[in-house]
Order: sequence, then structure tokens, then C-alpha cells
Amino acid sequence: MSNPNGRFGIHGGQYIPEILMHAVTELEEAYNHYRQDPSFNRELTTLLNEYAGRPSRLYYAEKMTRDLGGARIYLKREDLNHTGSHKINNVLGQALLAKKMGKTRLIAETGAGQHGVATATAAALLGMKCVVYMGQEDTIRQALNVYRMRLLGAEVVPVKTGTATLKDAVSEAMRAWTSRIEDTHYCLGSVMGPHPFPTLVRDFQAVISREVKSQLMEREGLLPDAVLACVGGGSNAMGSFYHFIEEKSVRLIGCEAAGRGIDTFETAATIATGRPGIFHGMKSYFCQDQYGQIAPVYSISAGLDYPGIGPEHAYLHDTGRAEYVSVTDEEAVAAFEYLSQTEGIIPAIESAHAVAHAMQLAPGMRKDQIIVITISGRGDKDCAAIARYRGEDIHE
Amino acid sequence: MSSIQKAFQNGKVFFAFLTCGDPDLQTTAAAVRAAVAGGADLVELGIPFSDPTAEGPLIQEANLRALQNGVTTDQIFDLVRELRLEVKVPMVFMTYANVVFSYGAERFISTCQAIGIDGLVLPDLPLEEKGEFQPLCLQYGLDLISLIAPTSRERIARIARDAEGFLYLVSSPEVTGAGKESHTGLASIVNVVRQNTDLPCVIGFHTSTPAHAGSLAALSDGIIAESAIVSLLKTYGNAAPAHIEAYVRSIKEAMKPNTPLQATGHQICSAAEQRGIWSSLHFGRC
Repeated sequence: MSNPNGRFGIHGGQYIPEILMHAVTELEEAYNHYRQDPSFNRELTTLLNEYAGRPSRLYYAEKMTRDLGGARIYLKREDLNHTGSHKINNVLGQALLAKKMGKTRLIAETGAGQHGVATATAAALLGMKCVVYMGQEDTIRQALNVYRMRLLGAEVVPVKTGTATLKDAVSEAMRAWTSRIEDTHYCLGSVMGPHPFPTLVRDFQAVISREVKSQLMEREGLLPDAVLACVGGGSNAMGSFYHFIEEKSVRLIGCEAAGRGIDTFETAATIATGRPGIFHGMKSYFCQDQYGQIAPVYSISAGLDYPGIGPEHAYLHDTGRAEYVSVTDEEAVAAFEYLSQTEGIIPAIESAHAVAHAMQLAPGMRKDQIIVITISGRGDKDCAAIARYRGEDIHE
Repeated sequence: MSSIQKAFQNGKVFFAFLTCGDPDLQTTAAAVRAAVAGGADLVELGIPFSDPTAEGPLIQEANLRALQNGVTTDQIFDLVRELRLEVKVPMVFMTYANVVFSYGAERFISTCQAIGIDGLVLPDLPLEEKGEFQPLCLQYGLDLISLIAPTSRERIARIARDAEGFLYLVSSPEVTGAGKESHTGLASIVNVVRQNTDLPCVIGFHTSTPAHAGSLAALSDGIIAESAIVSLLKTYGNAAPAHIEAYVRSIKEAMKPNTPLQATGHQICSAAEQRGIWSSLHFGRC
């Protein structure tokens, strides 16, 4: 989808300090080589299947379907992957690539902690050092994941600058990479940042839509009518959309975090409230003020609490191929509880944003239509925070 | 020849950098006047950005302090208009691509020309993305400055050939390569630049010792104090201008040809390079 310079329409590019250009060029060359290397791909597939537990299930949510009374609902169970989210798909790919490149150290940013845990896991497995940058605010919201990363042998660096959330963790990881590129690979967690990351991460996550397509074809002999996924940077959504982009009958719907509402300042809904900008290495949509200062964003979900969106999503929005909707904290929490009680599946609060929109969409669709919702991660990590949101004073 | 290039005609230059609005715009104006009075040949004015990803803590904090004080791009344009009544040396803006893009690139760049800004330094705009603003800079007579890092290696020649105004050599102290000889030393980077362009080459630094500054100037066509003035402003607030003037004067003294410090400084620098320690350089860590 992208041209050689990593452009998606006007979006994407490589807006990074000169000091990092050598590193991203080296990465691009290595990726172009290994993506076509049969032994690399065999090794990666073995890791994905034997270690991460792929293919993930495509589960028919019969009770939810009956309850909502419309389209048939399938859940793509990325929450069942090893480490509990889709993040492992990308991380195993990048870690293996980094290893082939002779790197001995992985650094990563993390919001909810899922990407950090996945990176720490891959580093442990492949015998690499690991440092994870995490906003101080998020280390408090997601204390359990901080412990998991440390348990796996990673160092977790709390980032105190700016809003002390995901955006600041990305900035700090970029700075850290700047100061040490020889032995270090920056394992970026989403379809964002400078080229080649948006393409590379999307390719590693595209396994989601590849599987959905064949699993649904096997079960129903049909394509879905709509694919829904939550969007922060947008990696699980991009992975869920990718093999359906050319199937024009399939609606692709990204669900952004509206926080307390898109008419408030406490939101992270980039497509709804942002405008074009250049930040974190890419041209895309960003929440920002009139002078281009990046806005502090808010969502109950640490993983969606980011002021931008990946450049390929920006392009899919521009061309109208994908739709982007906003889901509030309140709607997401209600969906978190609904899926737990209806199907016995506790989704990550991030994924609950997609569930929430499906709950609105499904009743208006015909019973022979099909919705696929990507459950990008499991919700164990969110239980304490949601309990507090509902007024229960529990702590991990 | 651009006014920036003309500034290099009288020998090695000293570039004063500071972040506008830290602690306030009146102090910025006084600090610029003080730096020029002390002998600064060019001034680099930082327009603060919320997320300065290429800066270390000192300059990050200066950016955030300025923004917390409510400083905006329009107020900084007004500041330059006021300064231009008396300041004759070239002035360039240093900021991030989004500050220019979001303002409207043409509106931003044409305003720069109108108020007497001579060039733009955008640390997140590498060679591959210069096309974003280069046509407009050309149209409005601004030099869009190219940066070179110690990691640039085979890119140095291409960057130098494409450059305007001057070459800005930057680094990060921790990019050391830990004993690997893959990092070209400063002198050899300057050498490659010389082979590919007649434009001057300036080294960004952030130690404050005149000796080191002098030694870096000896290697190149001039130096940019990345953090010294920012640091003085942090320490002394609105009382900083007097310190800034004295500081610039001491650096300019150390940069004079045949200053005894120069020989010593050069040795220090070479030793540092041999150890692979780029303690002086910037867009990283200070």
C-alpha cells in the first residue's frame, strides 16, 4: 500500500532527526531482505504457532448475537495469544529481525503495558536485553504489567516528561534510540512512527485478517460485512483490516477513544478531533492546538491514550475506505461488563471500545450479515481500574 | 550569497541559541541583544514545541517552561519584528516541523521573510523530507539548514551537496560505538563536507568551556552554543543577559586565531574523539 518512501497518500514519511536516519535505513534494508527469506519466515511462523499459540480462534458469539438481535457476531480472539494481546505478533517479527541484524538489545515504548510485556517476553525468549519506556502515569494505572515486565527481565523506565503517558514514552524511546543505535533495535509497538515502521508493523499484524478471512470462509463461506477494531496508533485495526482492504463489500470500522466525549478536551479521538500534522516521524492526523502544539489527550484506556494515528489509517480515512467512530469511556466500560457477562470473555478496555460500537451496529443489521470484532487483548490488567471507575476501592 | 553566508566572511562564527519565551519574551529580547553585544555573529531562536523529541532534558524543560508561560508563534514573530529594529546579524528559527506545517507552511515562511528571519533549522526534517518546505523556502529567500550527525556516514556527501546557508554538524554524546571505529570523527566529517560543498560547516556543542569551544571552532567554520545560553537563562532568569554577554565574549576570545587555548583544546578534543566520547555535541542529550 505504501510507496517506497513510506507514503500513504500524503501521510507517512520519515520526519526524524538525521541522527536516526542511518538506523531506519538499515532497518528498512534488513526488512526488505528478510521478508522474502523463506528461512526467516519459517522461523517466524514456528514462533507464532508454537510459542504464541496462533492461529487465534475466530469465535462465534452466539449469545451476544441473539441478545443484540441482528448481525452474526464473531470475535477474533487475539486475547488468547501468549502474553494476552495482539502485540506479540509484531514483537516476535521485529525481535527476530533485530536478532538477524545483530542487535542484542530491544527498547520499546508502552502505554497499557501490553506491548512492553510482549517485548520483554520476546527478549527473554531470544536472549536479548530489554528496556521499556512507560509514562509514569501509566506505570501507576498498569502496575501489574510493570511487574510482569520486570519479572521477565526487562528494565522499566518511568517517563515523567510532558503528560507522562504513551506519547511521552514514544518520545523518550526515540531519544534513547538516538543515543544507542549500534546494538539496539527500537521495537515500535504500533503502525506509526517513521517509515518503515508503519509498513513493517502492519505486515506482522496482517496475520489477523489473513486468518479471519480463511476461518470465516471455512465456517460461513462468506466475507464479513463489517470488521471492527479499536484504534490508538492502530496496529490491531490495521492488522484486522489489511486483507479486506481490496474487498470493497467489507466495511472497515476503527473505534477511537472519545474519553469523556469528543466535545471535551479529555479525549483521544484523533480522527474526530485532530487535523493533519507532523509528529513522531510521520505525517498523519494529530490532536493539537492552533500552533501545532500536541494536545494532552485522555482515555480510560492507556493503550488508546495517544494524540495521533498511524499514517495508513489516515489514508484509509482520507479515501473513505475505512470509517472511524468515537466511543466514550462510559460506553467502553459498559461493553467491558457486557462481554464479560454475556460471553464470559473479559476484553481489554481497549478492545471494549470496538465491542461497544458493535453493540450499536449489530441490531440494525440483517441476521444473515456478519460482524467480526477483534478482541485485541484480555482484560485482566484492567479489572482494578474498572472497579475503581465503578466506585469500588480495590487495588492490585 | 545569502546573508547567512555573508556572516562567515569575517572569520569563524559564533551562533547563539536560545529558546524564546524562557523565562519570558522580554528576557529573550534582552538576551539576544546581550549575545550580539558580546560578539555573537548569528542568532538561533528556538520556537518552543510541546514534544521536542530531539532534545535532552535541559532544552526540553526550556520548551515546556516557555509554553507554560503561554508563548505562541505569533508572539515570537512580534518579538523578531521588535529585535530587527536594532539587531543586524542573521537570525534563524529552530523549531519542529509541526510548528511550521500546522501554522500553514506558506504563511509561516512568508512571515519569516517579512520580519527578517534568514533561515530555518528543523531537526525532524532530514534530507528525505526537505521537499516538504524547500520550495517555499526558496521562494521566500530562506535557507533551509541541513543537519549532519555522527551516524550520517555515507549520507554526509549527499546532505552537503543539497545544503543551503551552512551545514549544521550535530551529535549525541552517547552515540559512541563503544570502541567500534564506525563513527567518523568530527574532523573527518568536516573533511567530507569540504569535499562536497563550499558552504561553511558549523558544529553544535554544549560544554561551556571556552577552550573546548575554541578547539571545535578550529576544526570548522564556527560553533553553535546549544545549551550554554539556555542554561544561563535557567539559572539566572531575567538577570541572565549580563552573564550571557560575558559568556559570549569569553567564547569569542577563545575562538580568535592564535589563541593559546586552541592548541590545548584541540588535543583535548582529539583525545575525546579517540575515546569515542562526543561530550560536546547535541540534538540529543544535554
